[in-house]
Amino acid sequence: MPDGARGRSEPILEVNDLKTIFRTRDGEVHAVNDVSFAVKPGELLGVVGESGSGKSVTMMSLMGLLPMPPAEIVKGEIRYDGRDVRAMSPAELRDLRGGDVGFVFQDPMTSLNPVFTVGYQIVEPLRVHLGLSKKAARVRAAELLALVGIPDATARLRDYPHQFSGGMRQRVMIAIALACDPKVLIADEPTTALDVTIQAQIIELVKDLREKLGMAIIWITHDLGVVAGIADRVMVMYGGQIVEHGPVRELFARPQHPYTRALLETVPRVDGTRDARLRSIEGQPPNLAAHPASCPFAARCGHVMDRCLRENPARRDVGAGHDVACFWDPATGGLRDAG
Amino acid sequence: MLNYTIRRLLFAIPTLLAISFIIFIVLDLSPGDPTGNLPLTIPPEVREQIRLSLGLGEPFPIRYLKWCQQFFINEPLNMIEQWTGWTIGSGERLRVLSWSTRSPVVDLVVERMPQTLWVVGMSQIVAVIIAVPIGVISAYKQYSIFDQIGTFISMIGFSVPTFFTGLILIVIFSVQLGWLPSVYDTTHRVTDWNSFWVQVRQMAMPTMVLALATTAQISRFMRASMLDNLNQDYVRTARAKGLRERSVVMIHVLRNSMIPVVTVIALGIPGVFGGAIITEQIFKVNGLGQLLILGIQGADIPLVQTLTFIFAVLIVMFNLIADVLYGILDPRIRYD
Ligand SMILES: Nc1ncnc2c1ncn2[C@@H]1O[C@H](COP(=O)(O)OP(=O)(O)OP(=O)(O)O)[C@@H](O)[C@H]1O
Ligand SMILES: [Mg+2]
Repeated sequence: MPDGARGRSEPILEVNDLKTIFRTRDGEVHAVNDVSFAVKPGELLGVVGESGSGKSVTMMSLMGLLPMPPAEIVKGEIRYDGRDVRAMSPAELRDLRGGDVGFVFQDPMTSLNPVFTVGYQIVEPLRVHLGLSKKAARVRAAELLALVGIPDATARLRDYPHQFSGGMRQRVMIAIALACDPKVLIADEPTTALDVTIQAQIIELVKDLREKLGMAIIWITHDLGVVAGIADRVMVMYGGQIVEHGPVRELFARPQHPYTRALLETVPRVDGTRDARLRSIEGQPPNLAAHPASCPFAARCGHVMDRCLRENPARRDVGAGHDVACFWDPATGGLRDAG
Repeated sequence: MLNYTIRRLLFAIPTLLAISFIIFIVLDLSPGDPTGNLPLTIPPEVREQIRLSLGLGEPFPIRYLKWCQQFFINEPLNMIEQWTGWTIGSGERLRVLSWSTRSPVVDLVVERMPQTLWVVGMSQIVAVIIAVPIGVISAYKQYSIFDQIGTFISMIGFSVPTFFTGLILIVIFSVQLGWLPSVYDTTHRVTDWNSFWVQVRQMAMPTMVLALATTAQISRFMRASMLDNLNQDYVRTARAKGLRERSVVMIHVLRNSMIPVVTVIALGIPGVFGGAIITEQIFKVNGLGQLLILGIQGADIPLVQTLTFIFAVLIVMFNLIADVLYGILDPRIRYD
C-alpha cells in the first residue's frame, strides 16, 4: 500500500470537523458538515462525489477562498504543517496561498483574468512568493507553460486567455498553481476539459512532481478511472459529508457504503477511462437546508433502516485504514453498531 | 484598431451631413427674421435687401448647399489660412455670419470655446478623481456606513438639478462665507501665481456644480461595475495566488471594472457640455452655452445652427472615442 511507505511522516495538511455554511436569502445551505481528513507529503488523495456534494466548498474553505459573507466557517480546525490556518494573520495566509499551497480551480473558462496576458498571470505568484526579477519570472513562466504542454510557450506568454482553448486555459491554471513548487496542490477537476492524451500527460506530470518534490495532492474528480490510476487514498463525499474513505485498492475492492457501491456499479467498463465517470443515481440529491440529523443518503438508499432516519451515522473503522459512515454492513447485510 | 478608427471617421461624415441637414430644416422652419431686431425706422425695401444679402429668399436646397459650402469648405480654408498665414485662392470667401452681430459665427465660437472647455474639462477630471475611489470603496465595503453615505450623496447629485446646486453654492460660498466670487470674470488673465489663484477660485464653483452631477453618475456606475467583478472567479484565482488584497482589488478587479466606466464617461461628456449651458448662465461664464442662449433669444439662426451642429459633432466624436477606448481596454474586443 502506498500509504504504508509514507505512513510515518506527519500530515502536511490536516482538517478536523470542518463545517461551512452559506447564509443566503433563502436560508442556510449546509455545504460542508463535520469533514475530517489529512494528507501527508507525497501522497495523492482523490476526492469523488456527485455534483453539489461539497467537494469544492471544502477545499476552498481550507484557504479562506470562499466569499464571506455568504460563506461562514462555523467550526473546525485546519492545520498546515502543524500551524493553525484559521488563526493565521492575513500576511501568513497569503504566504500559504500560491506559495505552499497551489490551487487549480474547477472552471478554467472564468478563472483567468480576461484583461491580463497569460504571462502576466503566471508571473504574478513568482514575483510575490519567490521575489524573482521580471525577466527571471518570465523565463520561469515560459518553462512552466512548456511543462504543462503548451507549444511555443515563450510567444504565448503575450497572449490573452481568450486566445487559448478551454483545455489550454486549464493547463495555464495548472502552471500557475505549480509556479512556486507548492507543498500541497489542490486540484479541482483539473483534467475535465482536457482530451485523453493531454489528460494522461498532465497526470504523468503531476505524478512526476509528486515524486520529485514530495508534493501532497488533493485531486477532485468525477473520473473514477483517474482515481484508480493515481490516488493513494480516496474519500467519497455525499451531502457535504465524507461517507467513505480508504486506501484506493481497498476501497475499490471492498466498498462499504451503499452510495460508493452504487457509484462503482455505474462504472460500465474498466477498459477505457473515458466512460469511467460517475453516472447519476436514482433519486434527489439531499436537502442541505439544515444540519443533517439523519443519514443524508437514506432517501436514495436501498438498504435504509429505521435507525438511518433517526441518526446520522458517524465514521467507523472497518480495518486497513478504511472507514465508512453507515449503519449497514455489506458482509452480513444487517445492522452494524457505529463506533 | 487604426483601420477601424479610420473607417468609423469616414462613416461619421455622412452621419454628420444628415444631421446638419436636419438641423438646417428644423431651424429654417422657425419663425426667425434676421431683420426683426433692427430699428423700426428701416423701410421694408431695405429690409428686403438685407435679407437678400444674407442669402435668404433663395429656394431651400440652394440655401442648404450654400451653407454647406460656407461651413464645410470656406470656414476650414479660412482656419488654415489663419494658422499658417498662407493665402489660398483669392482669400475672399463668404463665411457663415451671425445675424445679430454680423461677425463670422466661427470667430464667435473660437472666442467662447476656451472658457467652456476649461469648465467642462476640469469638472470631468474632478468628477473622475472623486467618483472612482468612492465607487471602489462603496463596492468593496458594500452596505457599510461609507457606502450608505455615498449612496445618499449620489442620490442628491442625481436628483438635484444644476441650477439649484449652483444657487446653493453661491449662497454658501459667495454670500455667506464670501470665499469665492459668484461671477466668472472672463477678462481675467493668468500671469502669475496670484492671478492663477484667482482663476482657480472663480472656476471652483462652476466646476463643482458640473462635477457633482457627473460624480454621482460615475460613482454609482463604478460601484455597480466593481460589484459585478468582485464576484468573478478570476478574483478568487488572484487571491489564491497569494496577492495582497490591495493588488487583487486595485489591479485585477479595477482594471476590469474600468472598461464599462470609461465608456460611460466618454459617452457622458457631450451631455456635460449641455449641462454647462445652465451652469454658464448661473455663473455668467461667457462660454458656448451662454452664446447659444444669446443666439436663441436673438433668433440668430446661423449661430444656433452652428452651435447645435457642434454639439452633434461632439456626440458623434465621443461615441467613436468610447468605442475605440473599449477596444483598447478590453483585449477580447477585436474590430477588424
Ligand atoms: N456561493 C454559494 N452560495 C450558496 N450556496 C452555495 C454557494 N457555493 C456553493 N453552494 C452550495 O454548496 C454545495 C456544495 O457545492 P460544491 O461547489 O462544493 O459542490 P461540488 O461537490 O464541488 O460539485 P461539482 O462536482 O458540481 O463541482 C452545493 O449545494 C451548492 O449549491
Ligand atoms: Mg466543484
